[in-house]
Amino acid sequence: MTLIQPLTRPPAVKRGLTFVAEHALLLALGIIFLVPVVFVALTSFMGGGQTLTGALWPHPWEWSNYARAFGSAPLGRWFGNSLLYAGGSTLFMLLSSVPMAYVLAKVRIRFANLIFFAVIVAMLLPPQVTQVPVYVMWAQLRVVGTLWPLVLPHLFGNAFSVFLLRQFFLTVPDEYADAARMDGNGEWGILTRVMVPMARPGIAAAAVFMFFQCWNDYYGPLLYTSENPARWPVAYGLASFHGSHSTDWGVIMAVTVLATLPVVVVFFFAQRAFVEGITLTGVKG
Amino acid sequence: MMALGVIGLLVFFLYPLLANLFYSFTNYDLASPPKWIGLRNYSYLFTQDPRVGRAALNTLWFVALLVPVRIACSLGVAMLLTRRKRAAGFWRTLFYVPALVPPVASVVGFVFLFNPGTGPVNTVLRALGVKGPLWFNDPSLAKPSLLLLGVWMMGDLMVIFLAALLDVPRDQYEASALDGAGGWQRFRYVTLPNISPVLFFAAVTGVIAALQYFTEAAVASSVANGKTGIDAGPDQLLGYPDDSLLTYTQWMYVQGFSSFQLGYAAAMAVVLFVAAAAVMAVLLRRAGVFRQKEK
Repeated sequence: MTLIQPLTRPPAVKRGLTFVAEHALLLALGIIFLVPVVFVALTSFMGGGQTLTGALWPHPWEWSNYARAFGSAPLGRWFGNSLLYAGGSTLFMLLSSVPMAYVLAKVRIRFANLIFFAVIVAMLLPPQVTQVPVYVMWAQLRVVGTLWPLVLPHLFGNAFSVFLLRQFFLTVPDEYADAARMDGNGEWGILTRVMVPMARPGIAAAAVFMFFQCWNDYYGPLLYTSENPARWPVAYGLASFHGSHSTDWGVIMAVTVLATLPVVVVFFFAQRAFVEGITLTGVKG
Repeated sequence: MMALGVIGLLVFFLYPLLANLFYSFTNYDLASPPKWIGLRNYSYLFTQDPRVGRAALNTLWFVALLVPVRIACSLGVAMLLTRRKRAAGFWRTLFYVPALVPPVASVVGFVFLFNPGTGPVNTVLRALGVKGPLWFNDPSLAKPSLLLLGVWMMGDLMVIFLAALLDVPRDQYEASALDGAGGWQRFRYVTLPNISPVLFFAAVTGVIAALQYFTEAAVASSVANGKTGIDAGPDQLLGYPDDSLLTYTQWMYVQGFSSFQLGYAAAMAVVLFVAAAAVMAVLLRRAGVFRQKEK
């Protein structure tokens, strides 16, 4: 090996050039990816007149855009609704999907394959294929215009979360469950005392995914709460906001930044769980 | 607790799937009970609806271009990142963060950045002596502009590819290097076969996601148009400019939940179901895609 190794390696000069070329490319791409964020952030500090001049740097810095954002849109209410929608859905999803995923991964029950197949199909099919009857159900229950149609279904499981959590539970060796069973635990005891603590990263990932998906959702609120502005979450409110402030890009960008901030903050606290979750869905997916 | 999940599948998935088929043969506006009209919704869909064809073609445009372009770009960046030992976390985060931004916020931001008159992109182009195009306001460029947005938001795919690339056994690369394989050959004969399950999964789920492409197109239309919400006057607003951003699911939304032609929307959903199910069948036929070996 020691004999062959130096021969098969590219010469040092060529390696050096590749190194420089790759770094230059990466740096250029990195800047391109960063630029939209920087411009949006800079614009959020420009006065309304200045945003229409094509200026790239705020002059003067219009800090009041953020205060005006709160004044010109019920941002507190929008954030409250988003928190209710995303937080409530996440809580409900955990209550229902964690046990279901555990059963599908570790307990031998009848029809397990059939149920898992249904979960996969429900996860993959576009939600629109079931939209009409689901909407009719909510309309007949007279809850269109509230957040219930968005939050309540998660109390009955969420296909993607069940799938993700099942993949996580599968990686926990059976021996742990068996040992707990020997100690006289029922399935519920095994789940809460052994499985949940061991699958904590997976549960964190599922929770963060659910939270983001609901926080970012536009289609659901459009469908169910667009007629009732008191129940708009921030993602929907933002889409409607620009209409009444069509030229005041500074304030619009301030609202855009504010809508994004919570997601970025959550991400930095849960980064590891998050990356692990994505990896698992894709790789073994 | 398990029962909750099964009830959920029955109430929110299986029943609606069947009920949708029934509604698709009816005339239903929510106010009065559904009235059976046989295949009339379908014949209207395939022969008379003036905008559904355009909407379907736009959706297929996204299927045909957004999916492969996103996969190619995210795979390329992921490959650049696998070689980075130092600061790997920094680069990964940098390319990932755009995927976190709420899509509505990204679209509002992009429409502003690409604003033809005063947006930063055209300002920079002008400084370089190039006359910037109309981007989101040009019917022939609106979809490509959303393609740029889709590439910018590719972080989730990139993380998946990154993990798959790091799983490729090192000794296979070493063996192929000993055999004198060049960079392209290593990619073609070592990297690709090893990551092909992940590529395949990304392609299928990408196609299904593109079939339901909605939010970005709807918000881009309404922001570029300067009017509010897609409910503000669906007929003029939707698909702006010139129906170039009218996707299939948007048209279904307008038919079903804006005009309350629920029977017709159900028929559109059946067609969407057939398309998505066909794509999904390709995935499910690959045995073991979802069957992780249970030790």
